[in-house]
Amino acid sequence: MKYGLYPGCSLNGTGIEYGLSTKAVAQKLGIDFVEIPDWNCCGASSAHNRNHLLSVALPARNLALAEQHGIDQIAVPCAACYQRMKAAEVALRDEATRQEVGEVIEMNVEGKSRTRALVEVFANDLDADFLSSVVVRPLSGLKVASYYGCLLVKPAQVAIDSPENPMIMDKLMAALGATPVEWSYKTECCGGSLAITRPEASLGMTANVLKYAKLAGADCIVTPCPLCTSNLDMRQKAAEGLLGMELGLPIYYFTELMGVALGLEMSQLGLTKHFVEATSLLKNSPAAQ
Amino acid sequence: MKRIGVFVCHCGSNIANTVHCEKVAQVAKDFPGVVLSTDYKYMCSEPGQVMIQEAIREHNLDGYVVAACSPRMHEPTFRKCAARAGMNPYMVEQVNIREQCSWVHADKEKGTEKSIDLLRMGVAKVVKNEPLYSTTIPVTKRSLVIGGGIAGIQAALDIANAGYPVTLLDREHTIGGRMAQVDKTFPTLDCSACILTPKMVEAAQHPNIELMTYAEVEAVDGFVGNFDVTIRKKARYVDFDKCTGCGACTEKCPKKVPSEFEMELGVRKAIYTPFPQAVPNKPIIDANHCRYLLDGKCGICKKVCPTGAVDYEQKDELIMERFGAIVVATGFEQFDISAYEEYGAGKIPDVITGLHLERLMNASGPTAGKIKRPSDGKVPEKIVFVKCVGSRDEAKGRPYCSKACCMYVAKHATLLKEKMPNSKSYIFYMDVRTPGKNYEEFYARTQNEYDAQYIRGRVSKIFQVGDKLIVRGEDSLLGRPVEIEADLVVLAAGMDPRSDAKDLARTLGISYDQHGWFTEAHPKLQPVETHTAGIYLAGACQGPKDIPDSVAQASAAAVKAAGLLSKPELTSEAMTALCDEAICSGCGLCQSICPYKSIEIKSVNERYHGQMRQRRVSNVNQGLCQGCGACTVACPSGAMNLKGFTNDQILAEVDALCQR
Amino acid sequence: MGPIQLSMTVASSQDFRDRLKKEYGVDVSLCYQCGKCSAGCPAAFAMEHTVRQMLRMVQSGLVQESLSSYSIWSCAGCETCSTRCPRQVDPAKFMEALRIEAKKAGLVADKNADLFNDLFLNSVKDTGRLHEVGMIARFNILSGQLFKDAEHAPGLFTQGKLSILPHKIKNTEAMAKIFANVQKKRGGKS
Repeated sequence: MKYGLYPGCSLNGTGIEYGLSTKAVAQKLGIDFVEIPDWNCCGASSAHNRNHLLSVALPARNLALAEQHGIDQIAVPCAACYQRMKAAEVALRDEATRQEVGEVIEMNVEGKSRTRALVEVFANDLDADFLSSVVVRPLSGLKVASYYGCLLVKPAQVAIDSPENPMIMDKLMAALGATPVEWSYKTECCGGSLAITRPEASLGMTANVLKYAKLAGADCIVTPCPLCTSNLDMRQKAAEGLLGMELGLPIYYFTELMGVALGLEMSQLGLTKHFVEATSLLKNSPAAQ
Repeated sequence: MKRIGVFVCHCGSNIANTVHCEKVAQVAKDFPGVVLSTDYKYMCSEPGQVMIQEAIREHNLDGYVVAACSPRMHEPTFRKCAARAGMNPYMVEQVNIREQCSWVHADKEKGTEKSIDLLRMGVAKVVKNEPLYSTTIPVTKRSLVIGGGIAGIQAALDIANAGYPVTLLDREHTIGGRMAQVDKTFPTLDCSACILTPKMVEAAQHPNIELMTYAEVEAVDGFVGNFDVTIRKKARYVDFDKCTGCGACTEKCPKKVPSEFEMELGVRKAIYTPFPQAVPNKPIIDANHCRYLLDGKCGICKKVCPTGAVDYEQKDELIMERFGAIVVATGFEQFDISAYEEYGAGKIPDVITGLHLERLMNASGPTAGKIKRPSDGKVPEKIVFVKCVGSRDEAKGRPYCSKACCMYVAKHATLLKEKMPNSKSYIFYMDVRTPGKNYEEFYARTQNEYDAQYIRGRVSKIFQVGDKLIVRGEDSLLGRPVEIEADLVVLAAGMDPRSDAKDLARTLGISYDQHGWFTEAHPKLQPVETHTAGIYLAGACQGPKDIPDSVAQASAAAVKAAGLLSKPELTSEAMTALCDEAICSGCGLCQSICPYKSIEIKSVNERYHGQMRQRRVSNVNQGLCQGCGACTVACPSGAMNLKGFTNDQILAEVDALCQR
Repeated sequence: MGPIQLSMTVASSQDFRDRLKKEYGVDVSLCYQCGKCSAGCPAAFAMEHTVRQMLRMVQSGLVQESLSSYSIWSCAGCETCSTRCPRQVDPAKFMEALRIEAKKAGLVADKNADLFNDLFLNSVKDTGRLHEVGMIARFNILSGQLFKDAEHAPGLFTQGKLSILPHKIKNTEAMAKIFANVQKKRGGKS
């Protein structure tokens, strides 16, 4: 299988373990990711707050580059990038918009390349039986709260699953042998986009997500989004202070857990780069034995 | 040349504001054949009609055109007006310069121009009109009522009491419908079963009513006065002639099935009667769950039946019966709440609907009238109601108000407080709508005497934490988000049309709106008629209704049906299709397209080059033809003509329009 | 201060509502004030006026007040409101529109948000990508919160999560063109 890859800015920075684990898992599964040459920032999370045309034009250049290189499907790991790229893809279906955006980026853009969230590629495009067959270290006994955040499931035009009770990642986790927990904060916002400008407001939202995962009996949280992850991971200590309760919830990218189940080394997946210590839960779990 | 009169109506200011009526009448004087043209403020008024009649006599008119409102409003008036003056009523044409001109245009000059064009066409047509005559057809003096809920029962009783035989049909195994599931009724709080069951029994025992339960309409042919209805009587696997209703079979049946009547809060057996007061009160076998019918094992009910009434070999039966009138009373379905994922609906067991609560409150329900929540049987103390679930919600495809929910929620809150004085009801609403007799007073008491807390706002999310349900809404009067930790949540689910309503509509040949509610012929003036003569509507199949409204509409529909049946005979349509046998090629296209099955192909003998030969041609049964005109469009040779709308007349109109 | 002169505020703000509809596809007249948006808003606790109230302000013609509100900058853009809105008003788009219009009108109440957007878009304009560390450092200096998140910085660096040097795309000219062309077509500062 061959896909274009749009890594986005975070995968070289705060989301480095997402980038590492994505590449390692793809290689293990024989998926060929071709990085879009000379891609640029999609504009999240500022462009749409300033100018609608700019918010379409920035991702549109990436879509145009993908087209130029004959890429039909672009896998996008970052949820924020996915939402912006997909929104641009949808906007470009309108001929007048396509025309105007073409003039702005000074490139021809047809809108032919399809934007796909990375989690869709791994969960939907891979045969479930195949996936189970390559699991060498099932994550048995690991109680996982699948946290989708906002950007993959809202708004409706770009959603990859139900905005209220998505299941795509839960099913993926179950295929890896983990136990997804039922909880009600799967798509409640963690406040990531306010983390820098309104840290107090953001922290309140982050804390709620963590609290309800803990109350649901989860051992850890799994996400498909670098914004959510850094928020839930880096600010977990502060959230504990705000809530007055101990959390101790490692925050994993779904690709990290896939990598562990596929038998990859933890350091190779970036699992040693977490704020909330993330390796011992996996070592102690029956999965490691 | 025929002598034609023209009469232009002002309709007060309805037309005159947008059309220079005098000018239109003036211009029409020069149209070919016109010997008189005038205008008047209200042509439909008594003086207006007298004016027309005098003109007919004085000017010896052969026909006339009236430019006024839609023929749907006053065509009968102007036809009768002609007849009173001795003119054949079909020598009249009505040109619509109101609905199709003055009401939809603003520019008076253009409105006038368009009126003149329309009138020119009307005059060109009326010149070619021929006198037409109607015949009569017999009426089958029996009525079919489809649906045995409160509306169907009421309609059947009223028609039967008027002296006409009625067949009351229900697809379910018992009559009673939704009202049978309801515990108490607003605003009087009388027991629903106590007021419904006497009517059920009366219907069952009425000498003029034949009850036909567990049966469905399969096909409808024919037309007003003579509908031929094919009915499927579903196999019950119990011979009702032998069954005494002793209940031994039900008691011994080993198969338990979630009870539809109890909203799956209780169980029934595979051989069962849905509830104690069911009519008829004899069991049937549910073939989808019976062990014997599914895999040939069991057979206990047959063994224990003392009268040998169980018959596994019974098959569906198709019968055909003729009815003069049909009343449709198929009711509604409760909106499927699982569309509200944000409320955990369909997932969290303690998020229930209004009908679930009815069953929990009912003394003969699954909890014997004790309020216990479905998940753990705990008695709830804090109960949250959410209104407008599946109503007034465009995003869920339900923009309409379901009308009964505001009142049934008030009823629920009142009854809960009476049953459980320590309980507290919190009611999220957007508006409280109580337009019924004693409704507003009831709602006020719910707040003042029964302590219900009304919160203005739509709930956004409901989720479970431990054994509590967290309900989040905005108190929009405070302007603050609020949260309630509830034990039980009741979603006031709205009304949906029956999921197969559209299929029934197609079978009956009646129309329905974008949601699937059956459409009345006129929203104000023909609220129980359909566009198909002889078929009437009663109850919630036409739109959300509460019990009083359903019953009132049922009686209205019954009067319409009885009125039809009381006629010795019906006047047939005069504007029917007629085949010109000289041109007809006998291709039969008209026969296959005719919705009333009024066309047959017959053989005619004719002389051709000195020899006799046989030829196939179409023949229209003038009694069956309803004048829809479908055949005239389908006919490839132009042999088929609709009287009053002949090809010749229509072309004359087109010519007139092109001559301007 | 007397009562709001509704007949005046409503009439004089019709242009604004027309513009919201035409340019942003948001028709505030659809809103029937049910509050489902605000009830589900995860940031409502940080807002002086809920989303529903912001919509009401614009329905009632209090345009200036809505544009200078701090509440529009508390919106996290999570789109929960738009997903659940029974009237499909798209409240998230409405809040976004108010933020854009507030910038145009020079009424931005949250200086931090304004600074963040400036720094973010400058980084993209200059390098084609977002340089997280550079932007956050500048933001902290310029917003006077020098030590915010500083506790996390050592960890971020040792884990290789923050690269000191910005990644630059090859064709930075393309970026400059996009920003210039957008400005040409839409005017204003991006």
